[in-house]
Amino acid sequence: MTTLVQEQDDHDEHHAIPTGIKRWLYTTNHKDIGTLYLWFAFIMFLIGGAMAMVIRAELFQPGLQIVEPHFFNQMTTVHGLIMVFGAVMPAFTGLANWMIPLMIGAPDMALPRMNNLSFWILPFAFLILLMSLFMEGGGPAFGWTFYAPLSTTYSGDSTALFVFSVHIMGISSIMGAINVIVTIWNMRAPGMTWMKMPLFVWTWFITAFLLIAVMPVLAGVVTMVLTDKFFGTSFFDAAGGGDPVMFQHIFWFFGHPEVYIMILPAFGVISAIVPTFSRKKLFGYSSMVYATASIALLSFVVWAHHMFTTGMPVFGELFFMYCTMLISVPTGVKVFNWVATMWRGSISYEVPMLFAIAFIILFTIGGFSGLMLAITPADFQYHDTYFVVAHFHYVLVTGAIFSIIAGTYYWLPKWTGVMYDVTLARAHFWCSLISVNLLFFPMHFVGLAGMPRRIPDYSIQFADFNQWISIGGFAFGLSQLIFLALLIKACRKKGKPVDTQVWEGAEGLEWQVPSPAPYHTFDKPPEIK
Amino acid sequence: MSNHSDKYYVPAQSPWPIVGAFSLFLIALGAGTTVAKIHQSGDPGWGKIVLIIGIISVLLMMFGWFRDQVKESMSGMYNAQLGRSYRQGMIWFIFSEVMFFCAFFGALFYARILSVPWLGGADNNAMTHEVLWPAFEVIWPLIKTPDGTETTAMGWGGLPLINTLILLASSVTLHYAHVGLEKNKRTQLTLLLAATVAFGCVFLGLQVLEYMHAYQDMDLKLDSGIYGNTFYLLTGFHGMHVTMGTLFLIVMLLRVMKGHFSPDNHFAFQAASWYWHFVDVVWLGLFIFVYII
Ligand code: HEM
Ligand SMILES: [Cu+2]
Repeated sequence: MTTLVQEQDDHDEHHAIPTGIKRWLYTTNHKDIGTLYLWFAFIMFLIGGAMAMVIRAELFQPGLQIVEPHFFNQMTTVHGLIMVFGAVMPAFTGLANWMIPLMIGAPDMALPRMNNLSFWILPFAFLILLMSLFMEGGGPAFGWTFYAPLSTTYSGDSTALFVFSVHIMGISSIMGAINVIVTIWNMRAPGMTWMKMPLFVWTWFITAFLLIAVMPVLAGVVTMVLTDKFFGTSFFDAAGGGDPVMFQHIFWFFGHPEVYIMILPAFGVISAIVPTFSRKKLFGYSSMVYATASIALLSFVVWAHHMFTTGMPVFGELFFMYCTMLISVPTGVKVFNWVATMWRGSISYEVPMLFAIAFIILFTIGGFSGLMLAITPADFQYHDTYFVVAHFHYVLVTGAIFSIIAGTYYWLPKWTGVMYDVTLARAHFWCSLISVNLLFFPMHFVGLAGMPRRIPDYSIQFADFNQWISIGGFAFGLSQLIFLALLIKACRKKGKPVDTQVWEGAEGLEWQVPSPAPYHTFDKPPEIK
Repeated sequence: MSNHSDKYYVPAQSPWPIVGAFSLFLIALGAGTTVAKIHQSGDPGWGKIVLIIGIISVLLMMFGWFRDQVKESMSGMYNAQLGRSYRQGMIWFIFSEVMFFCAFFGALFYARILSVPWLGGADNNAMTHEVLWPAFEVIWPLIKTPDGTETTAMGWGGLPLINTLILLASSVTLHYAHVGLEKNKRTQLTLLLAATVAFGCVFLGLQVLEYMHAYQDMDLKLDSGIYGNTFYLLTGFHGMHVTMGTLFLIVMLLRVMKGHFSPDNHFAFQAASWYWHFVDVVWLGLFIFVYII
């Protein structure tokens, strides 16, 4: 493959690279904005991680020793909110910003100024959320799912700040999603037909539709929480004709698609990495596209699997059980295709591939525990125990976050132009892999044995397991500092320069622009064979 | 200049987004503390000031951003592709707004079809009814809540009906204003657009009257149980959207009077008109489900 020579006519609409702080504040460049998103997500990951350390420290032993229960609740709540809205989602948006234009041969995102706005409102949203922790009466303490009446009748006054910060996060996601849709729809280079698009582009395209469909619903439900708490409405209060269960329906109508928002782009990343290091074409490309679309559609009709124990008419319980189980069919198709891609490939185990393989195996474990939870009568037993915590951390940490890390290791040389410190990267992988399983695997057992989630104390028989879990937790937290060191080193361009191709087996337009990718790429649309 | 269509247009850096981000921060912080402080002590304190500064700076930001945008557009810097991007962006923005209203319509339907009948003992909830509020009677509009708050129902005749006709008429005038723009009939455009703006203002005025009537004479308030809740949040958010739409249309009117827009280059006008039609359709849904049925 040849390097694409950029023809740049400097006299016409071409802007020099700005410098200083203004570059970052005013930027309309998709690469700058991508970088900002990724660093922001990483910082949030560390802050949210620190909160998880507090949680695990308290749970190291039974009994209350380190923090007050109310503070413990704030930690679980804000940890969840930060990881979902501050770490995973922005990290994927960062990857989208960096990679989608490069993958489809576009010079930038379609609406670059809005792109800047959607990034910069995020730090402010989280500033508000974090500030609320220091308010009188403390920050939000009702769980990231902010069920009414915990968030209405029984919450502190800082709930108002929580509500408005969620509004801002929603605005940011919606603008980001609109940008992704318009970019993909409208900015593909000539010849980049729909079914030639890399899967990362496809999965993000579908994710973006999920985002604009459900983020406004989240905005609606937090607004109702606000008016219920502060303006005397009774949406979630039976005394006025409303219903607290209605909260759960509206919230999970957002919430379940939201979990797919956090995993579909991950599928795209893995579908990019596995073929590269198996030196084969992706098995079943079009079935991947259809599977993604079916997962997205089905995700709108399964929300009440979070509410089996809340109660609903029996027909509802059955409907949501079967629909949920149906989702594992397209999910299975994906796992099958990745494995089939590796089958008889000449696999090499570079770091991105290590994370991708770990993803496939560990995400599948999360999928299986999901299937167990989907069985209504079984869920009566599992619900609100550590089993659920184990489930969603397998899909989110070893799923979504591992894929983000894998994607970072895959594209980082393209971004910086140098190969990162591979020894550190391998250390990061093995430390993370071992500690993450030590952290989350025993949670299945304590959960099945009945240990409830979101409680700062527990019965004595769970003590041994919880110690191991906490040790795994601290180890996983520390392992991420290796990643931090590696990233800082790579961003300072310490390392061997890489060529355009970077990975021998990689295909796609992003591997045809020089490394590091120049500030402006594809000023003229590339030719696509 | 060379042929634009075979070349991508990448907008230059702009200070407005970061100004916008900061003003949104002020609004959220201001609104949050205002609400919380009023709840605590009845006095909004400094939150109010932050909120007001935030709102003013958002308005300034929008003014500056759109002014730059207009300047760039008028100097022919944009190409067809960018026009398409804007249009698609606007469509999906409107779609997200539709979903926002869906959340509140969802609450309305949930209350009417499920929670209120259940409180009255429907399905297998006889005991709920017996134990909690045995005196509760299911009627919609819910003029007496389970805990006994009473209110009156807003009929659909009178003001709401007039408002419906006004909005419908405004959609028609706006459509023909657009036709005028496309056929380059500038007088038709200006007059009909002005008429649309006038309709929008009248609608808002009548809406205010309706609220005053509801509060003063009917005891229909925001906190009058689920009927009042859904009534005010749905009509209130709709009213906010009409306000935005009217402002949007006023800006379009000013630009039309300055001679902006041509039959094949009028994205902003198109966007304003789509937005207006969307607001109109939401009202129809409201009129049917909140007022009539
Ligand atoms: C095979 C696919 C999946 C199935 C069948 C499934 C099923 C379920 C069920 C039934 C629950 C509710 C458990 C309970 O509260 O009792 C649940 C919880 C959850 N799932 Fe999954 N799931 C699947 C995949 C995923 C994925 C891909 C993600 C995210 C990337 C995810 C994230 C979550 C989260 C965050 C919760 C807990 C929410 C909370 O209560 O805080 N799941 N899942
Ligand atoms: Cu779910």
